Amino acid sequence: MSAPRFTVGQRVRIADRTPPVHHRVPAYAKGRVGIVERVCGLHGRPEQYIRGDGQPLTRLYRVRMAQPDLWAAYSGAARDSLDVEVFEHWLEAQE
Amino acid sequence: MAEPSGPHDIGGQPAGPIDTGEHDTAYWEWQIDAMVRLALEKGLLTDFAELRDGIERLEPGDYERLSYYERWAKSLAYALLDKGVVTERQIGLKIEAIRDRQAREQDP
Repeated sequence: MSAPRFTVGQRVRIADRTPPVHHRVPAYAKGRVGIVERVCGLHGRPEQYIRGDGQPLTRLYRVRMAQPDLWAAYSGAARDSLDVEVFEHWLEAQE
Repeated sequence: MAEPSGPHDIGGQPAGPIDTGEHDTAYWEWQIDAMVRLALEKGLLTDFAELRDGIERLEPGDYERLSYYERWAKSLAYALLDKGVVTERQIGLKIEAIRDRQAREQDP
Protein backbone atom coordinates (compact mmCIF):
# COMPACT_ATOMS: atom_id res chain seq x y z
CA MET A 1 0.00 0.00 0.00
CA SER A 2 1.19 3.51 -0.78
CA ALA A 3 2.27 5.89 1.98
CA PRO A 4 -0.30 8.30 3.47
CA ARG A 5 -0.74 11.44 1.36
CA PHE A 6 -1.11 13.58 4.48
CA THR A 7 0.88 13.67 7.68
CA VAL A 8 -0.05 14.45 11.28
CA GLY A 9 -0.24 18.21 11.83
CA GLN A 10 -0.86 19.01 8.15
CA ARG A 11 -3.65 21.45 7.24
CA VAL A 12 -6.28 19.90 4.99
CA ARG A 13 -9.55 21.03 3.44
CA ILE A 14 -12.52 18.68 3.32
CA ALA A 15 -14.18 18.63 -0.10
CA ASP A 16 -17.58 20.29 -0.46
CA ARG A 17 -19.56 17.85 -2.57
CA THR A 18 -22.63 15.70 -2.07
CA PRO A 19 -22.59 12.40 -3.96
CA PRO A 20 -26.03 10.73 -3.91
CA VAL A 21 -24.70 7.86 -1.85
CA HIS A 22 -23.78 7.18 1.79
CA HIS A 23 -20.41 8.95 2.25
CA ARG A 24 -19.93 9.66 5.96
CA VAL A 25 -19.05 13.36 5.70
CA PRO A 26 -21.44 15.63 7.62
CA ALA A 27 -22.63 18.84 5.95
CA TYR A 28 -21.11 21.04 8.64
CA ALA A 29 -17.60 19.71 7.86
CA LYS A 30 -17.74 20.14 4.08
CA GLY A 31 -15.45 22.86 2.74
CA ARG A 32 -13.86 23.31 6.17
CA VAL A 33 -10.17 23.34 7.03
CA GLY A 34 -8.66 21.28 9.83
CA ILE A 35 -5.47 19.63 10.99
CA VAL A 36 -4.67 15.95 10.59
CA GLU A 37 -4.80 14.69 14.18
CA ARG A 38 -3.89 11.08 13.31
CA VAL A 39 -3.78 8.62 10.46
CA CYS A 40 -6.36 5.91 11.19
CA GLY A 41 -5.21 3.25 8.71
CA LEU A 42 -6.91 1.67 5.72
CA HIS A 43 -10.65 1.04 5.65
CA GLY A 44 -13.25 0.12 3.07
CA ARG A 45 -14.91 3.23 1.77
CA PRO A 46 -18.69 3.26 1.66
CA GLU A 47 -18.85 4.03 -2.07
CA GLN A 48 -17.08 0.73 -2.77
CA TYR A 49 -19.75 -1.30 -1.01
CA ILE A 50 -22.63 0.55 -2.59
CA ARG A 51 -21.42 1.38 -6.09
CA GLY A 52 -18.44 -0.96 -6.44
CA ASP A 53 -16.04 1.88 -7.30
CA GLY A 54 -13.02 -0.46 -7.28
CA GLN A 55 -11.22 1.22 -4.38
CA PRO A 56 -11.80 -1.21 -1.54
CA LEU A 57 -9.26 0.16 0.92
CA THR A 58 -8.68 3.85 1.43
CA ARG A 59 -6.77 5.69 4.10
CA LEU A 60 -8.83 7.30 6.82
CA TYR A 61 -7.72 10.39 8.77
CA ARG A 62 -8.96 12.02 11.92
CA VAL A 63 -9.29 15.73 11.13
CA ARG A 64 -9.51 18.22 13.97
CA MET A 65 -11.35 21.49 13.48
CA ALA A 66 -11.80 24.48 15.78
CA GLN A 67 -15.37 24.73 17.06
CA PRO A 68 -15.48 28.56 16.71
CA ASP A 69 -14.57 28.12 12.99
CA LEU A 70 -17.49 25.73 12.48
CA TRP A 71 -20.35 27.62 14.11
CA ALA A 72 -21.18 31.28 13.63
CA ALA A 73 -22.56 31.74 17.13
CA TYR A 74 -20.30 29.38 19.06
CA SER A 75 -20.38 30.35 22.73
CA GLY A 76 -18.01 27.72 24.18
CA ALA A 77 -14.30 28.01 24.86
CA ALA A 78 -12.14 29.30 21.99
CA ARG A 79 -9.89 26.24 22.22
CA ASP A 80 -12.73 23.69 21.81
CA SER A 81 -12.24 21.33 18.91
CA LEU A 82 -14.25 18.76 16.97
CA ASP A 83 -12.80 15.64 15.31
CA VAL A 84 -14.25 14.01 12.20
CA GLU A 85 -12.90 10.90 10.48
CA VAL A 86 -12.62 11.49 6.75
CA PHE A 87 -11.33 9.32 3.89
CA GLU A 88 -8.31 10.45 1.88
CA HIS A 89 -10.25 11.06 -1.35
CA TRP A 90 -12.22 13.78 0.48
CA LEU A 91 -9.10 15.75 1.50
CA GLU A 92 -6.79 18.20 -0.19
CA ALA A 93 -3.71 19.94 1.21
CA GLN A 94 -4.32 23.47 2.43
CA GLU A 95 -1.56 26.12 2.70
CA MET B 1 -22.83 25.30 5.91
CA ALA B 2 -23.15 22.88 2.98
CA GLU B 3 -26.60 21.56 2.09
CA PRO B 4 -27.53 18.47 4.12
CA SER B 5 -27.15 15.31 2.04
CA GLY B 6 -30.36 13.80 3.44
CA PRO B 7 -32.76 13.73 6.37
CA HIS B 8 -30.04 12.16 8.56
CA ASP B 9 -27.52 14.96 8.01
CA ILE B 10 -28.69 17.27 10.79
CA GLY B 11 -25.50 17.88 12.78
CA GLY B 12 -25.36 21.50 13.90
CA GLN B 13 -28.98 22.29 13.10
CA PRO B 14 -31.23 23.74 15.80
CA ALA B 15 -32.94 21.00 17.78
CA GLY B 16 -34.79 20.38 21.00
CA PRO B 17 -33.44 18.53 24.02
CA ILE B 18 -32.04 15.04 23.47
CA ASP B 19 -33.85 12.11 25.10
CA THR B 20 -31.06 10.32 26.98
CA GLY B 21 -33.43 7.97 28.82
CA GLU B 22 -33.03 4.21 28.67
CA HIS B 23 -35.62 2.21 26.74
CA ASP B 24 -36.35 -1.47 26.36
CA THR B 25 -35.62 -3.27 23.13
CA ALA B 26 -38.71 -5.07 21.83
CA TYR B 27 -38.39 -8.67 20.63
CA TRP B 28 -39.09 -7.67 17.01
CA GLU B 29 -36.20 -5.19 17.22
CA TRP B 30 -33.79 -7.98 18.17
CA GLN B 31 -35.22 -9.96 15.23
CA ILE B 32 -34.47 -7.12 12.81
CA ASP B 33 -30.96 -6.84 14.25
CA ALA B 34 -30.46 -10.59 13.81
CA MET B 35 -31.73 -10.50 10.22
CA VAL B 36 -29.32 -7.71 9.30
CA ARG B 37 -26.41 -9.60 10.82
CA LEU B 38 -27.43 -12.80 9.01
CA ALA B 39 -27.72 -10.88 5.74
CA LEU B 40 -24.18 -9.59 6.29
CA GLU B 41 -22.86 -13.05 7.19
CA LYS B 42 -24.45 -14.58 4.10
CA GLY B 43 -23.11 -11.81 1.85
CA LEU B 44 -26.60 -10.52 0.95
CA LEU B 45 -25.38 -7.19 2.30
CA THR B 46 -21.65 -6.60 1.73
CA ASP B 47 -21.27 -4.01 4.48
CA PHE B 48 -23.18 -1.91 6.99
CA ALA B 49 -22.63 0.96 4.54
CA GLU B 50 -25.34 -0.59 2.35
CA LEU B 51 -27.83 -0.52 5.20
CA ARG B 52 -26.84 3.06 6.04
CA ASP B 53 -27.21 4.06 2.40
CA GLY B 54 -30.75 2.70 2.30
CA ILE B 55 -31.62 4.52 5.54
CA GLU B 56 -30.27 7.81 4.22
CA ARG B 57 -32.34 7.44 1.05
CA LEU B 58 -35.64 6.94 2.85
CA GLU B 59 -38.27 9.54 2.07
CA PRO B 60 -37.75 12.42 4.55
CA GLY B 61 -41.26 11.81 5.93
CA ASP B 62 -40.51 8.12 6.48
CA TYR B 63 -37.17 8.95 8.07
CA GLU B 64 -38.79 11.29 10.60
CA ARG B 65 -41.72 8.98 11.34
CA LEU B 66 -39.92 5.66 11.66
CA SER B 67 -38.12 4.44 14.76
CA TYR B 68 -34.51 3.26 14.68
CA TYR B 69 -35.19 -0.41 13.92
CA GLU B 70 -38.11 0.42 11.63
CA ARG B 71 -35.55 2.29 9.49
CA TRP B 72 -33.31 -0.78 9.56
CA ALA B 73 -36.24 -3.01 8.55
CA LYS B 74 -37.23 -0.78 5.62
CA SER B 75 -33.65 -0.42 4.39
CA LEU B 76 -33.03 -4.18 4.64
CA ALA B 77 -36.27 -4.91 2.78
CA TYR B 78 -35.29 -2.50 -0.05
CA ALA B 79 -31.81 -4.05 -0.30
CA LEU B 80 -33.18 -7.60 -0.46
CA LEU B 81 -35.80 -6.56 -3.04
CA ASP B 82 -33.08 -4.85 -5.15
CA LYS B 83 -31.01 -8.02 -5.12
CA GLY B 84 -33.94 -10.29 -5.91
CA VAL B 85 -33.59 -12.22 -2.65
CA VAL B 86 -37.27 -11.65 -1.91
CA THR B 87 -40.16 -10.34 -3.97
CA GLU B 88 -42.72 -7.69 -3.05
CA ARG B 89 -45.37 -10.39 -3.28
CA GLN B 90 -43.55 -12.56 -0.72
CA ILE B 91 -43.24 -9.64 1.69
CA GLY B 92 -46.90 -8.71 1.15
CA LEU B 93 -48.08 -12.28 1.82
CA LYS B 94 -45.99 -12.48 4.98
CA ILE B 95 -47.38 -9.18 6.27
CA GLU B 96 -50.91 -10.46 5.65
CA ALA B 97 -50.15 -13.72 7.47
CA ILE B 98 -48.76 -11.85 10.47
CA ARG B 99 -51.78 -9.50 10.56
CA ASP B 100 -54.13 -12.51 10.48
CA ARG B 101 -52.23 -14.20 13.27
CA GLN B 102 -52.27 -11.03 15.40
CA ALA B 103 -56.02 -10.63 14.82
CA ARG B 104 -56.61 -14.24 15.93
CA GLU B 105 -54.44 -13.75 19.03
CA GLN B 106 -56.42 -10.65 20.03
CA ASP B 107 -59.82 -12.16 19.34
CA PRO B 108 -59.58 -15.96 19.57
